[in-house]
Formats: sequence, C-alpha cells, structure tokens
Amino acid sequence: MGVGIEVTNLNAWYGANHTLQDINLPIPANHATALIGPSGCGKSTFVRCLNRMHETNPIAKVTGSVRIGETDIYADASPVEVRRRVGMVFQRPNPFPTMSIYDNVASGLKLNGFSNRRALDEIVERSLKHAALWDEVKDDLKKKSGASLSGGQQQRMCIARALAVDPEVLLMDEPASALDPVSTSKIEDLIFQLKSQYTIVIVTHNMQQAARVAEKTGFFLNGRMVEFDSTHKIFTNPSDKRTEDYITGRFG
Amino acid sequence: MLLCAISIFAIVALIAIELVLQSQMSWHKFGLPFFYKFNVDPDTHMPLFWDPVNGTFYALPFLYGTLVSSLVALAIAVPLAVGVAIFLTEMCPRFLRSPLSFLTELLAAIPSVVYGLWAIFVLIPLLREHINPIFIGIFNAPLTVKFFGWTGLVGDDGLFGGVNLGLGLLAAGVILAIMILPIIASLTREVMTSVPNSQREAVLALGATRWEMIRVAVLRNARIGIVGSIILGLGRALGETMAVAMVIGNNPEIHRSLLSTGHSMAAVIANEFSEATSDMHRSALVEIGLALFLVTILVNGLARLLVWAVTRGTPARVN
Amino acid sequence: MRARIQENRTRNSIRAFTDHLATALAILATVLVVAPLIVIFVYLLYKGASSLNVAFFTQIPKPEGETGGGMANAIVGSGMLLAIASLLGIPIGIGGGIYLAEFGRGTRLANAIRFTADVLNGVPSIVMGIAAYSLVVVPMHHYSALAGGVALGIMMIPTVTRTTEEMLLMVPHSIREAALGLGVPNWRSVLSITLKTASPGVITGCMLAFARVAGETAPLLFTALGNQFWSVNLNREIAALPLQIYIYAQSPYDDQHRLAWAGALVLIVLIVLAVSLVRYVASRGILKGAS
Repeated sequence: MGVGIEVTNLNAWYGANHTLQDINLPIPANHATALIGPSGCGKSTFVRCLNRMHETNPIAKVTGSVRIGETDIYADASPVEVRRRVGMVFQRPNPFPTMSIYDNVASGLKLNGFSNRRALDEIVERSLKHAALWDEVKDDLKKKSGASLSGGQQQRMCIARALAVDPEVLLMDEPASALDPVSTSKIEDLIFQLKSQYTIVIVTHNMQQAARVAEKTGFFLNGRMVEFDSTHKIFTNPSDKRTEDYITGRFG
Repeated sequence: MLLCAISIFAIVALIAIELVLQSQMSWHKFGLPFFYKFNVDPDTHMPLFWDPVNGTFYALPFLYGTLVSSLVALAIAVPLAVGVAIFLTEMCPRFLRSPLSFLTELLAAIPSVVYGLWAIFVLIPLLREHINPIFIGIFNAPLTVKFFGWTGLVGDDGLFGGVNLGLGLLAAGVILAIMILPIIASLTREVMTSVPNSQREAVLALGATRWEMIRVAVLRNARIGIVGSIILGLGRALGETMAVAMVIGNNPEIHRSLLSTGHSMAAVIANEFSEATSDMHRSALVEIGLALFLVTILVNGLARLLVWAVTRGTPARVN
Repeated sequence: MRARIQENRTRNSIRAFTDHLATALAILATVLVVAPLIVIFVYLLYKGASSLNVAFFTQIPKPEGETGGGMANAIVGSGMLLAIASLLGIPIGIGGGIYLAEFGRGTRLANAIRFTADVLNGVPSIVMGIAAYSLVVVPMHHYSALAGGVALGIMMIPTVTRTTEEMLLMVPHSIREAALGLGVPNWRSVLSITLKTASPGVITGCMLAFARVAGETAPLLFTALGNQFWSVNLNREIAALPLQIYIYAQSPYDDQHRLAWAGALVLIVLIVLAVSLVRYVASRGILKGAS
C-alpha cells in the first residue's frame, strides 16, 4: 500500500537561484497526483526533493519538511534510505546497457542483498507484468540487454525496475515525454492501474495526460504552487486566474 | 594538406621498412630461435644469451626484463591509478580537482631521463636501504620458507633472493609504475567522465550508496575503456628506455629474483647501438627494435580501440 | 501480495561501511600518488636550483675530474636540434591537423590517419632513433646533428597533427558559417579565419610537442651522439641537454651529478611552462573567439 506525503514550507535553491518557494502540499496515498506548469516553474525540482535527488547537485540546498508516511525524510532518514522507499522514473529512459533485462529489473533488489534465485525470478516477473512488459520480453529476459529495447519498452522496463523494490511512492518526471504516442498511452494505462497500489506523483507538460490519469493536480508557476485541487476542478473551474490562463493556453 | 596528413602513414611505413631491412642479417642467421634459444657458457655451464664479442645473440633476457618490469609496474600502478581516477571523478571536492589534474598532466610530461636521474640518486638508495629489506625480511624469513618454500618464490632462490643492490628489476618496475601512473589515471578519468549522468541517477534513485553507484553505473559502464587505459599504460611501460636503462643494471641474464639486475629490449639498444662491435651485433639490435616496434603498435592499437569504443568520437587527447 | 524488502539493519550497515571504506581507499590512493610526486618535484627543484649558476649557461663541460664548467654547449646543441625538428615537424604537423579538422572530417581516411597518429605516439622513441639512423646516418657515413633533428622532427609530426586538429575543432562552427555568410571567396579565406581564431591553441600545441621532444634522449643516442665541445655544425655530432644529463647521471663525479640536476631543472621549467600555457589557453576559451 502507498502512503501519503505531507510537504511543509519546502524551499529549494540551485546556488543563488531560489527555485522553490514555500511549497505546502498534501499528497494523498494511493492516488495519482499530477503536477503541471510551464517550463522552468520548478515542478521537476519539487519531485526531486521528494526522494532527495535534488541534493546530489553540489550547489543545491533545501529547507522545510517532507513527511512520507511517518518519516520526515530530511530529519529522520539518510538519502539512501529514502530512495529505497521512493521510486523514480526519469524523463529519458536510462536502462543499464551492460545488463540484461532481468538484471536491470533485479538491480535494485540485488543491491539490497536479495540473492534468493527463486524469489528474484518471481519479483522480476511480477514487476514486468505490472509494467505491462512481461509478454513482450519474457523469452529474452537474460539474453537481451536492457538498452536493446525500443524507447517505450525501455521506459516500461525502468518502471518495472522501480517497482521491483516495492516502493511506497512512485515519482515520475515526465515519463512519456520522450516517447511516441502509442507508448505514451500504454504508460498512461499503466499509471491508471498502478495508482491503487502506490502513491504516484507525476510531473507532466501534457495537460490532457494529467486529466486522464490523476485524481489531484497541482499547478506550479515560478517556483510557487498556485493551486492544488481535484483534477476535475482545476480543469473545469479553477479558482486562480493564473491557473485558468495556463489551462486555456494563454501562456506556457 | 592531405599530403601532410598522409605523411603519418609514410612515417610508419618508413620505420617498418628500415627496421626490417636492417635486421635481415640477424634474422637470416638466427631465425625465430633468436627469441628463445641460448648457448651454454663452457666455463660456468650457465646459459649464455648475449655475448657480442663471441657472436652470440639471443634476445630472451631482454624480453624477460621488459616483461617483468612492465608487469611489476602494472601491479603497482593500476590499483593506485584507478583509485585516483575514482577519487578525482566521483569524490573530489571542486576546488581540488583542477590542481590535481594539472599535477597529473605535468607528471606525464616529465622526460624519462629526469625520472631516471631521480631514480638513481633517490629511489635506488631508498629501495636498497629501506624498502627491499622489508620484503627480504618477509619473504626470506625461516618461517616463511618453511611454509611456502614449495612455491619457489621465497627464500634465497625466490622473488627477493640474492644480493640487494637496490637497482635491478624491482627498481625498474617501480620507476615505470611512477611513469605510467599519470597516463592510466587521466585516461581512466576520461572514460569515467564520459558515462552519462543519467546512469548515475538511475542507480542512486534505487537507493544505492555512493560506492555502489560508482560500481554499478560508472565502473561497469566504463570497464572496457578502463581496460584500454591499462593496456595503454602497459604499452608505454614496454617501450620506456632511459629511466629503465639507468636502473635495471644492464645485465643480459635471467634470474628469478626481483632484486637481480637484468636488461630490457629498449635498454640494450640504447646502451649498445652506437658502440656495436660488428654488423651482426647491430643487426641483432635492430631486430630487437623491430620486435619492440611490432609489440608496441599492437598493444597501443588495441588500447586505443578500447578507449575509443567507450568515449566515441575523437580519441583521447594526445599524451 | 508484494514482497517487501526487509529493512535489514546488518546488511545496510555493511553497505554503509563498504561505502566509507571505498572512499577511504580512494583518498589513500590519491595521497599515496600525490605526496611522493610532490616530493619528487620539490627535490628536483631544490637539487637543480642549488646547482644553477651563470657558469652553467656559459661554459662547456670541464675535463673529467675537474670541477666547474657548464652545459652551454648542450643547451645550444639542443636548441639547434629542436630548430631542425621544428622546421620538419611543425609545418607538416599543422598541415596534417588542418586536413583532419577541416577537410577530412568524418571520412574513413581521416579516422585511419588519426588512429595511426595516436598509435605512432606510443611507439618507443628509440625505434624512431633507429629509423633516423638508417635514413640519415648510414647514407652520410657519420653521426650528425641533422640526423638527430630528423629523428626528433618525425616524433613531432603525429603530436602536432593531433593537437592542431583538436584546437581547430574547438573553433565553433558559427565562426565558419559567419565567414561563409559574408561571402568570403574561397576555402582558403575561411581557413585563414579559422586558423587565426585557433592560433593561440595551435601555437601552444606546438609548444607542448616542442617541450616533449626537448626532453627526449633515446632518439639522439645514435644520431646526434653527443659532443663534449662546442659545435654548431649540422654535419657533426652535437651535444644535447638530455643526452648530457644521461651521461652525467651515470658518471662517478659529483660535480657532473650537480650539472645533471641543473640540466634536469631547465627541462622541467620548460615542461611546466608549456603545460601551464596550454591549460591557460584552453580554459580561457581564447579559441572560441573570446579575447
């Protein structure tokens, strides 16, 4: 089961650039939450603060609190611990080219010490099924390298890889933006099915995508969160004029 | 312009042709056994490889010395160089990065003869008085001989047996290690840096520690190139002339001990060519040069291919 | 049901420990490498500086056993050898580099040439010496400065070719396009613009090759041979700095050792200057048309 995320007074910097300002956000468990906004508004930075990837950049800084379930991920846990519980799928698929499909999906588990062959086989199969990729690769699991798949398949494999470690939260940073429409719709179907078991946060440029998959949507602008509400409300009757301008395409 | 560029091919061809031509005399006389046969000294009953006065020219001791000193150099340099590369690429604080890499570049550019000079006056006494005795103590201790005598590597006939002069195979290996370290380190750095950041992020996002990230994302992806840079280091060690000539002892014999003096392919040419006593002598030296030429071309060619395979595009910067 | 990774405390602390151990080892390796190298440097500087005096630069070596003297003939000799080498190596090298960067880019031939140049750089310099011996010394029937210069020049060609190519490639395409857009008449003009932009880099690349070749001893052992006396005759043996260092390092006389250290220092200074200059030029982006 997924857990909820509580973000309080989150501020983030890249060097002198105040990228995120006073973000407060309750992200509900077992739902998909979409984050929309124009380029450079800080939504990717926000998501990277949720699994402490933001701080891998030496000039990055974060203040505020992020609670995932019971844990304040900055005060109560190490980055490594956080990332074990929070999975991430990146904008461009990044499979490990030197590993087979099987090894790719199992990599997170192996790092955590899983060595039981049978258990690994089971989890790899289950993760690939969850990611709707099993049927396409089940015969080539160990023969083909992770990088030899098509773009859409690679991304689904990366999703399987993230799911294999059984995270409580799944973060997706524009997961379909580098993919063709067919792969995109497959991934959207995937999110639809996954959200009942995980808490999903998805950053997207594509408003129609947000409308299709997410129950809640947050609109970011210039490092601030302008409005956060049910997706339906955001897209039909937004409270803030800026949100309305963005939705109707006046900018962005 | 094209002509100028083609000159590179011309140079290689010229070198190859001259080497082959000048070594004909020796090749015709000795053939392939040149590289492994030996005579026996009638007085001492010891193998006799290289005796210009009597016309005995067999090259095995030089092959042996070149190989042993290069292998010792690799054994010392590779772990250190890879460690430095990992530190500089993944762990080093920003402000240190530039000075350290500047230092590495400088060290790669120091002439061989200067390394040799330092080796004669600093390294050899250091080895003789402080470092070799440690190894001798460990390897030749009665207890060690008792338990490991069967390996043939300990005791007075072993790796550290015989007289401790300071110079010899070990000294050559050490100075070579110092000389090839910067090359291996900077090339390894280059291949490690060429691994895209998205790979690093992917591993980190799965909850890996930094070392695990380095192991899985960087080293694993770059391993072909790292092997290439090691082989390049080997190539440089094989051909090193001056520093080796100054510390290896210039003794055309084969002994098991690392403390013994020996010789190398490049060093014997350096030492004897200008004073060669006969045409056959000179021809034999050229034949050794030809062998050296072929070996280094092969090794360097292979290494460049491997590095190129990882970094793709213009191969590594000229060293 | 889904499997959950047990938060295995022991395993995680082992992983954290391994991480720290790896960091420690990497730092250790760096220290083990850097510290002795700095020591070598400082030692060289110290020994060399204490031996440098005016006599070093003005006198020729005294007969064995006598103190004093200098390496003036070796310095001049090296200068001559390098002049010959540069005359041979730099024009051909730059020409080759221009070809690789401007005309042959991407062609199989250019790739083959580039690869060969890199491989040639790895061939031991003593082999170059043998080639120069056969090509120059044998037909002339005697050793000569010319032979030494040729040996060094051949060594410079692949190095200069590659650095020239690299520096030219750094010139942004926009500059070439600007030249074309201005209706500059032919390829020669475009070339002169590109070359001019890259010239600081090309020059420093030549300097680097120059410094590298200045320290080479092996190719000179049986071409230039070395000379105890003043000589600037191309047709005769000539002294050279690295050769002299080699000989003196192995002599029994302390005074000659002293001279060897001083000579080594001169070479080192040359190297440091060249490398620093290259880094400076590359980092300032002078090549990109900035000033």
